[in-house]
Amino acid sequence: LPAGCKVCFVALLQSFSHYNLVAQKLGVNLRAAKERGQLVFLEGLKSCLDLVFGEKEEEESGKPSPLQFMSESNSNLKALFDFVRTSLTPSDSDSWKGPVLLVDDLSVLLSLGAAPVAVLDFIHYCRVVVCSQLKGNIVVLVHSNEDSEDEENDLVVNSLCHHSDLILWAEGLATGFCKDVHGQV
Amino acid sequence: KALILPGGPLLLSARPAEMATSFQRRAAAGSRLAAVPGTRPSLRHGQLLLSCGLPSLDSVLGWWGAGPGTLPEDKYGLYSNLLLKYFLAEGIVCGHELFVASAKEHPDIILKELPAPLLDDTHRSELAEEATAAKSEDPQDSMKIAWRYQNLPKMEASPTPSTKFGHYYDISKTMAPELFQSIKWHSFYLPEELSFQPEMKKCNMNSAYTRLLQSIQRIICQEGFDGSDSQKKQKNILRIGIQSLGSMLWGDDICSSDTPEDTHSLTKFLYVLRGLLRKSLSACIITVPAHLIQNKAIMERVTNLSDMVVGLESFIGSERETNPLYKDYHGLVHVHQIPRLNSLICDVSDTKDLAFRLKRKLFTIERLHLPPDLSDTVSRTSKQDLAESAKLLSSGCGAMAIGKKHLDF
Repeated sequence: LPAGCKVCFVALLQSFSHYNLVAQKLGVNLRAAKERGQLVFLEGLKSCLDLVFGEKEEEESGKPSPLQFMSESNSNLKALFDFVRTSLTPSDSDSWKGPVLLVDDLSVLLSLGAAPVAVLDFIHYCRVVVCSQLKGNIVVLVHSNEDSEDEENDLVVNSLCHHSDLILWAEGLATGFCKDVHGQV
Repeated sequence: KALILPGGPLLLSARPAEMATSFQRRAAAGSRLAAVPGTRPSLRHGQLLLSCGLPSLDSVLGWWGAGPGTLPEDKYGLYSNLLLKYFLAEGIVCGHELFVASAKEHPDIILKELPAPLLDDTHRSELAEEATAAKSEDPQDSMKIAWRYQNLPKMEASPTPSTKFGHYYDISKTMAPELFQSIKWHSFYLPEELSFQPEMKKCNMNSAYTRLLQSIQRIICQEGFDGSDSQKKQKNILRIGIQSLGSMLWGDDICSSDTPEDTHSLTKFLYVLRGLLRKSLSACIITVPAHLIQNKAIMERVTNLSDMVVGLESFIGSERETNPLYKDYHGLVHVHQIPRLNSLICDVSDTKDLAFRLKRKLFTIERLHLPPDLSDTVSRTSKQDLAESAKLLSSGCGAMAIGKKHLDF
């Protein structure tokens, strides 16, 4: 945001106020960025509630929820992709620098019923639009454990690793817990 | 396994930034700020903190927000249920509103079995001492062999709570009915819920979970926990306790099958619940029969969707029950997840080795202290291993005995 990029943040795990408070401590004001149109924020938890408990009228307003896949039997993430594409495609009045897509965290989509292939397709389409067409960047967070038995998650993580330019792996120390050093990157 | 604490309560009517300044102003004026009974505001986290009912657990977890808190159950569900009861009991003592859901036991019965609070000061301090006392030695004794350690601070057996927050309970007595009188509570007992079509979209979720979510959402709205009634009454907290979620009694087959039909209902439920908790003044603890869930991926996902996950591993029926190393304890505590709400890091305690013990009146969580090993062997092996080796030797199976630990000839 301080670099002047247009940002689309798909925040699935925490509420807006969590990110806002953390960002404030780091010197960035998310609320202001949202108000001036630089930040498009998808609060997954709230969207999910709107989808699940929402009134019928909202449904008919024409715009499908980005988390539409949760209530459908086919789990394609097209609605989510459309949301990202619309958010980051620059309008004529936009003067922002390259777009950035942030996702926290992709593993949640699997917990919500999306198939691994659907998740990978979603990322693929995002890369085509955000990286190739719009010359922007994508930053995605996933959970991963060495002794994880979540094969679907492993599939997504491995595939993402192959397609990524940079992988930042944060983990605890191999020697165990230490009070002063939380872990290594 | 584990405890799950649901998302923290958020003050809806105030933006966190505004909340911080108003707290500072009031604090400067010297008046005690107690916006909601039984809670403590945390400026650093822009959050309200509450006690889970067990002060020793509060300090282990650093601080209490209110995101989903998951308790993977111990083998017989004994201890996780106890923690659930502490959580609910604390709610009553603080004057919070309760929502109790179960598919197994009627919530009325659960509420009848809550432990009695120790509100009498002398009793409290007695038991508090019992809970936090290290085996204190006479400081005059100088150490002969371990003289190097003389100047190190004494280790406390139990992590001390940083403030006087929370209450102690006597589990040998049940809570007196008078304490319930002013408390509002709601129950959800699955067998008694009418089977009507829920109004909310099905979301391809198990119908029992769907009904439970709808019930929780209805109470949150009706009672104004989502801030919709902000002008009218004193704000309060809704404490939600859910028993054995994921078990067969909820219509879920993840505990009975290796390849369950629906692997997503539980995680979807948790996600929607998380959303509900984030936008209301509520806190939730769920026990989950994790040891019965065959598909371990599900528990991993449950952990990622919970703010807090604390597992209790009971020694009952395991070889550790008779192991002299663990004789002072009834089980181990595994913390899989601690809350990091509104912050990049969490207040983590500096020890990961925790155990619990259940005395006649009190349940406490403490740092695991192994007793000194006074045997002749060089390394600390369990005495059982030695006994086994000795038996094998005496029956003439020399080669096999050497395979066990450290017996040299």
